[in-house]
Amino acid sequence: MLNARDQEAVRQEFAKIAGPVKLVVFSQELVAGDLCRQNETLVREVAALSDQISVEVLNPAIDRERAEAYGVSEVPAIAVEGARDYGIRFLGVPSGYEFSNLIDSIIVASTGEPALSEATKTSLAGLASDVEIKVFSTPT
Amino acid sequence: MRLAQHMAVASERVTAIAIEATEFPELSRSYRVMAVPKIVMNDRVEFEGALPEPQFLEAVLQAAGGQAPLAETK
Repeated sequence: MLNARDQEAVRQEFAKIAGPVKLVVFSQELVAGDLCRQNETLVREVAALSDQISVEVLNPAIDRERAEAYGVSEVPAIAVEGARDYGIRFLGVPSGYEFSNLIDSIIVASTGEPALSEATKTSLAGLASDVEIKVFSTPT
Repeated sequence: MRLAQHMAVASERVTAIAIEATEFPELSRSYRVMAVPKIVMNDRVEFEGALPEPQFLEAVLQAAGGQAPLAETK
């Protein structure tokens, strides 16, 4: 799915990777076969561009407990994990605009160092309750 | 999604979910997604379009706290 130019651009970005990252792919052939295959192919192509990235595929119908632990019930989906599970998820194939966010999420998960102002980090450290942020987008 | 995922790394309390709206039409309908990007925090604070970091943070703090949502859109 990635052409040579895309691969080279991603490889350059991946020079910033500072530690291991696991991409957990959620696929279910019977629910959304084509999209799940596209998603899995894309993730494997991305993972092939860095030896720090590993891939695991889960089927929410079979690996039910683990999928529930990730909070994933829809497919296709991806969880991006670094030193811990930071709670970063992608629902749907991250093509177009979301593709650059997937690459960025891999890098920030590997470093554990968010590119945020000190003031923002201080405020977030004081959060007293959980916040789930959903970001809806389209490929173009 | 960029700010959201960086905030997720910064705080164990924050999770960031990117949703491909065209692949999940029912979910998008239930959140009344008319324009993208649309951001929904804790199902109570929502807005359309990108916000600078300080305003995005303000929305996160609203979603976390007991204040009435400010950025509600129709």
